[in-house]
Amino acid sequence: MAVDTTALTTGADVTAPVRGARKGKRRRLLFLRNAKAITGMAILGFFGVLAVIGPWIAPYDPSAVSTAILKPPSAQHWLGTTHLGQDVLSQIVVGTRGVMVVGLIAGVVATAMGVLIGVTAGYIGGAGDETLSALSNVFLVIPQLPLIIIIAGQLPSAGGITVAMVIALTGWAWGARVLRAQTLSLRRRDFVEAARANGETTWRIITSEILPNLTAIIASGFVGTVVFAVLSQITLAFIGVTSVSSWNWGTVLFWAQGNLALQRGAWWWFVPAGLCIALLGTGLTLINFGIDEFVNPRLRSTGLNAGSLRRRGIRPRVGFTPVVHEAKEQ
Amino acid sequence: MKFFVRRAIFYVITAWAAVTINFLIPRMMPGDPVAALIAKNQGRLDSSAEQALSVLFGLDSHASIWTQYVQYWRLLLHGNLGLSFSYFPTPVVEVIKQSLPWTIGLVGIATVLSFVIGTLIGAGIGWRRGTWADMLLPVSTFFQAVPYFWLGLLCIALFSVKLGWMPASGSYDRSMVPALTPEFAGSVIRYGTLPALTIVLSSIAGWILGMRNMMVTVSSEDYVTVAHAKGLSERRVMFGYAARNAILPQVSSFALSLGFIVGGTLVMEMVFSYQGIGWALYTAVSNHDYPLMQGTFLVITLSVLVANAVADVVYALLDPRTRQEG
Amino acid sequence: MDVVLEETGPGRAVVGDPVLEIRNLSVDYGYDEDPVHVLRQVSLTLHRGEVLGLAGESGCGKSTLAYAATRLLPPPGLVTGGEVVFTDRDGSRRDLLALSDTELRASRWQDTAIVFQGAMNSLNPVFRVGRQIADGIRAHRPEIGRAESLEKAAELLELVGISTDRLRSYPHQLSGGMRQRVMIAMALALDPQVLIMDEPTTALDVVMQRQIVEQIADLRERLGFSVVFITHDVSLLIEIADRIAIMYAGEIVEDAAAQDVYRRPRHPYASGLLHSFPPLRGPKRELGGIPGSPPDLAALPSGCAFQARCPYAFDACAAVRPELVTPAVAGDDPRRTVACLRHDPDRVAAAGFEPVPVPPELAAR
Repeated sequence: MAVDTTALTTGADVTAPVRGARKGKRRRLLFLRNAKAITGMAILGFFGVLAVIGPWIAPYDPSAVSTAILKPPSAQHWLGTTHLGQDVLSQIVVGTRGVMVVGLIAGVVATAMGVLIGVTAGYIGGAGDETLSALSNVFLVIPQLPLIIIIAGQLPSAGGITVAMVIALTGWAWGARVLRAQTLSLRRRDFVEAARANGETTWRIITSEILPNLTAIIASGFVGTVVFAVLSQITLAFIGVTSVSSWNWGTVLFWAQGNLALQRGAWWWFVPAGLCIALLGTGLTLINFGIDEFVNPRLRSTGLNAGSLRRRGIRPRVGFTPVVHEAKEQ
Repeated sequence: MKFFVRRAIFYVITAWAAVTINFLIPRMMPGDPVAALIAKNQGRLDSSAEQALSVLFGLDSHASIWTQYVQYWRLLLHGNLGLSFSYFPTPVVEVIKQSLPWTIGLVGIATVLSFVIGTLIGAGIGWRRGTWADMLLPVSTFFQAVPYFWLGLLCIALFSVKLGWMPASGSYDRSMVPALTPEFAGSVIRYGTLPALTIVLSSIAGWILGMRNMMVTVSSEDYVTVAHAKGLSERRVMFGYAARNAILPQVSSFALSLGFIVGGTLVMEMVFSYQGIGWALYTAVSNHDYPLMQGTFLVITLSVLVANAVADVVYALLDPRTRQEG
Repeated sequence: MDVVLEETGPGRAVVGDPVLEIRNLSVDYGYDEDPVHVLRQVSLTLHRGEVLGLAGESGCGKSTLAYAATRLLPPPGLVTGGEVVFTDRDGSRRDLLALSDTELRASRWQDTAIVFQGAMNSLNPVFRVGRQIADGIRAHRPEIGRAESLEKAAELLELVGISTDRLRSYPHQLSGGMRQRVMIAMALALDPQVLIMDEPTTALDVVMQRQIVEQIADLRERLGFSVVFITHDVSLLIEIADRIAIMYAGEIVEDAAAQDVYRRPRHPYASGLLHSFPPLRGPKRELGGIPGSPPDLAALPSGCAFQARCPYAFDACAAVRPELVTPAVAGDDPRRTVACLRHDPDRVAAAGFEPVPVPPELAAR
C-alpha cells in the first residue's frame, strides 16, 4: 500500500497565495513544463483511453474459454492464456475500466468529503474544529483496509460502486487533515482577514478566497486518494471479498493465485496485471510530485541539468557555498 | 504531561469509535447472515454461545439499540467475542490469541526495519542532493505504487518456485512441534524471511521519500547553518542537527501511517499463508465467519493504537518540547 | 554606553593591521543562464580590534556579504569571483574562498565566528544549550573532554551574564534575549579573532537591544576581537562602530569612520539613511525617509543604482557607473571613500559629461 508521507511532511506551509488570473495561468503553464507531471499525465491518459475503448479493442472475449490452455505469450495471445484458455491481454484491457471507474468515483467522493470536513474545521476553528479534527484523526488511525474488508465482506453483493463508496468512506481523512492545516494558515493571511473585514459572507470567502489557494493541495489529495482507491479495490478483488465475476486487474490476480499460476510458472498470468497497477500508481505519484514541486520550490531539484553544474564545477550544498571564478574583472 | 494526557484521551476516543463501528456495521447491513449460520449449526451451539452471538450481531430485535449497546460492551469486557465458525467451536478470542504473536513478530519487526532503513537512506539522499543518490528516487516511486501482495507473489515466484531458496507458505516447518528450541526458531526465521523481506521492500519507499523531503526542508534551517559555521564535521551536522530534527515529523507520520501499513502487510500474510491475524481475517472472509471477522478487526485496530502510543512515547523522547511542564 | 561613545570619536580610530580583507567579491543568486548579481565587486577591509558597521536597507546585500565571505550562503548562492583573505595572529594569510572543505571547517569558529540573525531558529531545538556550546569547542579541540568542554561552556554563559544552571536548558525554555546571549557565548567559545554579527538585536525589544549592544562593546574591550556588525539601524552603529560601510544594491557606496559618516555623510544615500532614524542621543535632527524603494537587482539600470531615488542625480548618473573614490571635499580623511559621481569629476569628464559640483548638503564640515 502506498503511504504518501510527503503529503504530511510538506503540508506545513506550501501554498503561496494565487492572486490574479494572469499569474495563475503562468503558474499552471509552469506546472505543465514539469517533466514528472508530463510523464504522469501521459501514463494516466493512456489508461484513461484504454478504460473507454477497452471492450472494443480487446482481441477476445475475456471470459471465453478455448483449447489453448496455459500457453505462454504468442502471436495469437500476446500475454498468454489462463488455465481455461482465456486471453490474459483481453482480461487486462477489459478490466481497465473497472479499475479506473472505481478509482475515480472513490477519489471524487473522498476528496469532496475531505474538502468539506477539512476546510470547515480549519475555517470555523474552536470546538467544531476540535470535533472534526478528532473525527478525521480517528479515521486516520483505524486501519482502513481491514475496515473496508469487514464492511465489504458483510455486504451481500459488493459491486464496483459499492466498493468505491466504502473506500471513499474510509479514505477521506488524510486529505481532510492536510486541508485543515492549510485552511488554518490561510485564514490568518492578510487577504482573507481583509475580505472578512469587508463584510464578505463566509461562503464567499471560502469559495473565492480560500478554495482557489487550496487547488494544488486538493489536486494532490485527489491523486493520492485515487492511488489508495485503486490499490484497495485490487486488493479486495484479489482476496475475493468483492464480486469476482466482473473483470478488473485484481480479479485476474485472484484467479491466477487460486489456480496456482505461481507454482505452474505461468508468470504471464500475474506479472502484467501487477505491472499495470504499478504503472498507473507511478503515473499518479509522478503527477503528485509535480504538484508538490510546483507548490514547494524547495523540493525542486536545482532546476538545471546536473551536467551543466558539473561542467562549471558547482555542487550545490548547504554550508559550503560553491566558488567559481567566472566574474569578469571590471 | 499535557501532551500525554491529550494523546491518551485521543486513544480512548479512537478505541471507543472502533468498538462502536464494530457494533454498528452488522446492524446496518441488510439481511442477517449470522442468523442463517446459527440456524445451520442448530444443536451444535449451546445456549450461552448463541446468546453471545445474538448480542454481537444484533439479532435480538426486541431490545432497544441502547440495551444492545450496553450488552455488547459487557460481552467485550468479559473478553467474549463469540465463536468462530471456520474453526468451530473455538472461541474467536482463542483464535486471535494464537495468531496475534505471529503477526506482531512478522509485521512488527519488518515494519520497524523498513522504517529504520528507509529513514537512513532518505536522510542520505536528502543530504547529498544533486548526486547519484537522487537516482534512487524514481525507483522508490515505482515501489511505492506496487501493491504489497503482488510484490509478494513475485517474490514467491522467484525465490520459492524458481530458485527454491525459501518456503513459499506457512510460518514454520509443519513436521516440527512448536517449542523453544534452536531448530524451531531457525525454522520460524527461515519461513519468515521472505514475507518480511517483501514487506520491507514494499513499504520502504514511503520512508525514503518522506525523510528525503524533510531533510531538504531542515537543511535550510538556521541551526544547520550555525552547525556548519561552527566547523562541525559533516557527520555531526548531518546526524546531530539535520537528521535529528528531520526525524521528528518522520516519527509522527509513522504513527499516522501505521493504519495504512498494517492493512497492506496483513494482505501479505494472506499471500504467504502466514498464520497471523491477516490470515485469520482471510479465513474469516472466505468462510463468511462474521464473528471472527469482527474480532480480528477489533484486535487489529487496538494493536495499531498501542503501536501508535509507542510511537508517541518515542516522539516525546526525541523532542524535548513535548516534555515541557505545564 | 557613554564610554563607548567617547571612545569611538574620530580621533581614536584604532587602525591595526588588516585581519579580514574582502577583495572584489562577486556573488550570484541562481545557477542558471540568468542569475541575479547580488554582490558586485565588493571590497572591504576589517582591521584588528576594529568594530566595522555594515548598514543598508534590507535586501542591499549586507547579510549576503557576510555569508558569502564565510561560504555559508545557501543554494542557489554562488561566489563567482574575488577573495577573502584572513590574516592570523602570527601573520600567516589564507584565502577563505580557496580552502579545502577540511581546512575551511578547521578555520570556522576558530578564526571567524558568527552570531546569526534571529536566535529563535539558530539554536538546535532538540539539544541542551550547554551541549551546543560544547560541541563547537570539541570539534576544534578534540583533546578536551566532555566534562571540561561543559565547564568551559558554563564560563562562557557567565561571561554573557547567564546563570550556569541554564546549561541544561533547552532553547525553547529561554527568552529571546537569553537565546541571543547564548549565541554570543557560543560564538566566543574558541576566542575568535573576527566576530560577524548579523542583525543580532533586530528581534529584541529596545531595552534588550541596548543591553546586548553594551555587552558586545564590553566583551570586545576585554577580549580584543574585531567585529563586523550588520544592521539596518544606522543610529545603533554610530554608537558602537569605529567605521561604517554603507551598502546599496549589492555594492558599497560609502566607507568611512563612524563619526565622519554621522556628521559628514558624503553619499546621498548615506545622508538619506541617517535622516530616516532618530539618533539615540545627541541633538535632534530632522527626520525624513528616502523616497522610492531599492531597485530590483535582476534589472539594474545602467550607471548609478541609486539614481532613481537620488535628489542630486544629473545626466551622467544614467550612463556612468560610480566607483569608490576619496570624496571631493577638501580636508576629508584620505582613507574614506564614496561611490558618487558628484565626488568624481574626473570619471564624469572622461565619459564626456559636464561635471556637477558637490552639493553643500554632501560637503558638510
